[in-house]
Amino acid sequence: MTISIDPQKTNNESLQPKGWLRYFSFSLDHKVIGIQYLVCGFIFYLIGGTLASAIRIELASPMSDFMPRDVYNQVLTLHGTIMIFLWIVPVVNGAFGNYLIPFYVGARDMAFPRLNAVAFWLIPPSGLMLVASYFVEGAAQAGWTAYPPLSITTPQSGQIIWILSVLLLGGSSIFGGINFIATIIKLRRPGLKLMQLPMYCWAMLGTSLLVVLSTPVLAGTLILLSFDIIANTGFFNPVLGGNVVVYQHLFWFYSHPAVYIMVLPAFGLVSEILPVHARKPLFGYTTMVFSIMGIVVLGLVVWAHHMFTSGTPPWMRLFFTIATAFIAVPTGIKFFNWVATLWGGKISINSAMLFSCGFIINFVFGGITGVALAQVPFDIHVHDTYFVVAHFHYIVYGGTVFIIFSSIYHWFPKVTGKMLNEKLGILHFIITFIGFNLCFAPQHWLGLNGMPRRVAEYDPQFQFVNQISSLGALLMAISTIPFLINVFLSVRNGKNAGDNPWNALTPEWLTSSPPPVENWEGEAPLVEEPYGYGKEISEQK
Amino acid sequence: MTTLDSSKEIQKNNSEVNETHEDFRMFGLITFLIADGMTFAGFFAAYLTYKAVNPLPDGAIYELELPIPTLNTILLLVSSATFHKAGKALLKDKNSDSQKWLFFTAFLGIIFLICQLFEYFHLPFGLTDNLFASTFYALTGFHGLHVTLGTLMILIIAWQSRINGGRLTSQNMFPLEAVELYWHFVDGIWVVLFIILYLL
Repeated sequence: MTISIDPQKTNNESLQPKGWLRYFSFSLDHKVIGIQYLVCGFIFYLIGGTLASAIRIELASPMSDFMPRDVYNQVLTLHGTIMIFLWIVPVVNGAFGNYLIPFYVGARDMAFPRLNAVAFWLIPPSGLMLVASYFVEGAAQAGWTAYPPLSITTPQSGQIIWILSVLLLGGSSIFGGINFIATIIKLRRPGLKLMQLPMYCWAMLGTSLLVVLSTPVLAGTLILLSFDIIANTGFFNPVLGGNVVVYQHLFWFYSHPAVYIMVLPAFGLVSEILPVHARKPLFGYTTMVFSIMGIVVLGLVVWAHHMFTSGTPPWMRLFFTIATAFIAVPTGIKFFNWVATLWGGKISINSAMLFSCGFIINFVFGGITGVALAQVPFDIHVHDTYFVVAHFHYIVYGGTVFIIFSSIYHWFPKVTGKMLNEKLGILHFIITFIGFNLCFAPQHWLGLNGMPRRVAEYDPQFQFVNQISSLGALLMAISTIPFLINVFLSVRNGKNAGDNPWNALTPEWLTSSPPPVENWEGEAPLVEEPYGYGKEISEQK
Repeated sequence: MTTLDSSKEIQKNNSEVNETHEDFRMFGLITFLIADGMTFAGFFAAYLTYKAVNPLPDGAIYELELPIPTLNTILLLVSSATFHKAGKALLKDKNSDSQKWLFFTAFLGIIFLICQLFEYFHLPFGLTDNLFASTFYALTGFHGLHVTLGTLMILIIAWQSRINGGRLTSQNMFPLEAVELYWHFVDGIWVVLFIILYLL
């Protein structure tokens, strides 16, 4: 199992391909794996974005004239699955987690480097399989939730490929989660206490607990669903005596925590970015830690708020409404903490800061509609309408994707040693922010007025608002262009960043940019105060 | 704990820095087994819900015969004990004793699987007959898959504990400890499964 290492060489760099080729190899370096996750995820983001554009083009007119209805169903299924399982989850956990966590705990690599590489290399094949299923009798048509009986009655091959692909991605996610838990708990540098860790470590610890506890349940459920499709059993098929609601319970037992799997790491990342660019310590570190753990515990017991219209008994409605409303408390604490971090700070208005502030605005809006949706009478009114679509895009795009971009602007100098162009970055932010709100804010109105989601055709009275939404989607598509230009230009000709362009105090900035293999030349530094801003001037001089 | 491959590796990589860290492979395995346990928990929850809310069609109430599963429970519990004996023997450097106990454990695992198959062939219902039948086969089949994998792993470490050239020694106990923990986990799941599926 162990690779034999030439004692003359002091690191295993000699075993890996050099330069860009190492990004295509089975590399064990956590930084290479992090970049592999990020770039792979971004490619799938472009594919998923193209599918989203196709959806918005179709919805610009009330009739299904751009594509046939069954193709529309395939497109929306692939859009949801790709964006969740191949872009948000791998990037916000895998990419930033792999790159940053070893730095934050003062380690040279993750706890299980080989498992880490296996976890990444499960993603490209399953992603390709999912995309390829479109060309084999058509992709899955049952939405990313794959509710039976719809998923049992639609064409089988696409649905089975979808299940297989999601199972592999779930496996990748579990392997990653095990690795993060072991790294954060066990691989901390001697002398580094848990309560001294940067907040992203806590967020990833909470996320990984959710991954390990809930993803296996989805795997079991999908195995039963595949039996229903292939072997003609009746677990979820009412015709054969089965029970569709059991599927919904098991599915949402994973898929509600999945929302926190997508959003908690973003909470952690924004807690790293705001103090650096506001030059202030993170406000309320301890309350942040306890709210993350509170969200983890509550996040496991709120799943049935997705099922208020599935014949849920009254006691269950009551319990899940209250539990969901309670989640607003720890989340609210975190938001007040971020605002308090910014309050009175010496704020630099740069791309990373702008995207983080955009995140706060969008997420508060998505959070408020979330609390509204937890109330049974309101939920029954807007269930399966565009109000729900608007709500979760405010959480997942307005929240997490904004933070992914913010993090790219923040850590790009560390990863490449070059600065990104600020003007293009601000342009990117402005177009994204306007496009995003133009696209999704009107959908609240559509939902409240009764436009159902997941349909290719709709009542012509909604046409004008849908066209505004499509215009916003167009802006969002355009916003990718300045970003891509910025990245490609800056990698080649960007200004040299130096080791610590932001004067940040977290450990990853205390090594060279880009960091060497195994992270530090000597011993890992002990950072006891990752957010000690305001003190550093007196200490340095 | 035991001497570690991974710590040796790190020492080699940074000969000037000379760093070591504790063994956390067992920690990783425990985390994985918690995840695996959640899969079973999902299946059990589905089964109990079906039992509570989904009535079977008329005349489809099947009483399961108890002798074979009871024998299987005893087999697995004994195999847990024999595995423990193997570990103790290896710790005292009695490799051939350890190997004998491991082969005996694997033998018990194979007998378990044969009994399970015997039961499958003599049951009065098939996979698709009704909801209870499907859940029964899914649960016991998924557990049987775990037993199969466990048995294969026991055979591999039994081969590795051979006296000449085997990797498994009292200095390198981790493979045995890991498979032992997995085997105890599979046994524990069977006891829960036996109570829920056969006795309740």
